[in-house]
Amino acid sequence: MRFDLDYFLSLLFSTRFFEPVAIVIAVAATAMVIGVLIGTVGGIVLNSPVPLLQRLVRLYVTTIRGIPVLVQIVFWYNGLPALTGGAINLSAYAAGIIALGVNEGAYMTEIVRSGIQSVDRGQREASQVLSLSYRSMMMKVILPQAIRIAIPPTGNQAVNLLKNTSLLFTIAIPEIFATGTNLFSANFKYFEVIAVVAIWYLLLAIAYGFVQRALERRFAKGRRDLYDLAAA
Amino acid sequence: MQAEIKAGAAGREAVIALDGLNKWFGAMHVLKDVSLTIDKGEKVVICGPSGSGKSTLIRCINGLEQHQGGQISVEGVELGPKTLSQVRREVGMVFQSFNLFPHLTIKENCMLAPMEARGLSRGDAEERSMDYLRRVHIAEHAHKYPSQLSGGQQQRAAIARALCMQPRIMLFDEPTSALDPEMISEVLDTMIELAASGMTMVCVTHEMGFAQKVADRMVFMDQGAIAEVGPPERLFHSPSSERLALFLKRILTH
Repeated sequence: MRFDLDYFLSLLFSTRFFEPVAIVIAVAATAMVIGVLIGTVGGIVLNSPVPLLQRLVRLYVTTIRGIPVLVQIVFWYNGLPALTGGAINLSAYAAGIIALGVNEGAYMTEIVRSGIQSVDRGQREASQVLSLSYRSMMMKVILPQAIRIAIPPTGNQAVNLLKNTSLLFTIAIPEIFATGTNLFSANFKYFEVIAVVAIWYLLLAIAYGFVQRALERRFAKGRRDLYDLAAA
Repeated sequence: MQAEIKAGAAGREAVIALDGLNKWFGAMHVLKDVSLTIDKGEKVVICGPSGSGKSTLIRCINGLEQHQGGQISVEGVELGPKTLSQVRREVGMVFQSFNLFPHLTIKENCMLAPMEARGLSRGDAEERSMDYLRRVHIAEHAHKYPSQLSGGQQQRAAIARALCMQPRIMLFDEPTSALDPEMISEVLDTMIELAASGMTMVCVTHEMGFAQKVADRMVFMDQGAIAEVGPPERLFHSPSSERLALFLKRILTH
């Protein structure tokens, strides 16, 4: 086995990946916020009686979900300037964040939609009988319950998004994977470099797991689980 | 008989008037020419076999269901798209399945609508909530979530939540049908206390003891129409229709 343990350890414990990791966190977090905002609006629209808007949202979801993220990234970074003759020319970060955020929004729309749909109809009737406005009903009654249901699948999405930032190496954003490719194309230590790259993604995913658990606890108020798993 | 009606008309004030109400669910004719006038402070119990239209009828009164023919007026206001919110201000409702907000405590359940829809301050809403929670005897559970309470306690909390909007009319849609027998009486007791306070009440229920104790009039519905109306005593002891006699026999033998 040819494995350069010394190089592997020195790379793992070097500061070489600190900046790429920070970039991944910043890009993923921003894109996730965009995705959640789009998804919340989309999910509400799909549960409201406005047929025209609903059709638009469905078109968006179908289109985005049917196109590979990598293709979308290149579209925002290279396709858009070419189409507009350079009038719209996004920076790599702007293009990357928009591409990932808009992509995320399509999946979040479906997640929020199913969350809202799973809230009992009686909740709406109770709100109406209590004279709550549509806005109050959504903000104070329906969405808090829908969010609780939407949080576990949103966690899946967040981890996916975190890993999908690796696609941004194609538009020269110096994130974790791009940093790795730069290293191994210079020293040919493919395995050692890829191992360190993989470890960083894994660490980020594990760290996000703690955030996820905190979110789930925060929105669990008043709910009782199927089984008391915490006690086991 | 004639004199009785006249005296009634002079001394009373109609708060709910249903006139020739008709409703269809698709091809199914669920309310057929229902007319009924309910006076201020009156307690009316609506009973009838499953599918007779009694729940649909009271759900029409606050616009949870739309009627397709006839008129509904509440406190002199004719129910329509423009007056819906005005009517709902006056009408509180209690559901069979409570429909409490599971993510809020009992107190927050009571505070939400007064704050959001009436603009009460947090302090005032809290004070009002505790007031009504005391009246339904669950003030000590104010900080708990609905899932931590028994069915009877949840239903009393739902009654308090409705009362916090200070309605003039309360509708009850089978309020005890989802409860265990030992919890039914605590909810009925709360409703009896409410009745004693002079509230106008319309209750869909099969609790005949409650009807006998509280109701001024009982309405028996069958196949979407009002089959018989009268004081509970008369309906119980000398039902004039075969269908009511059969219905009473069925529910009272158990």
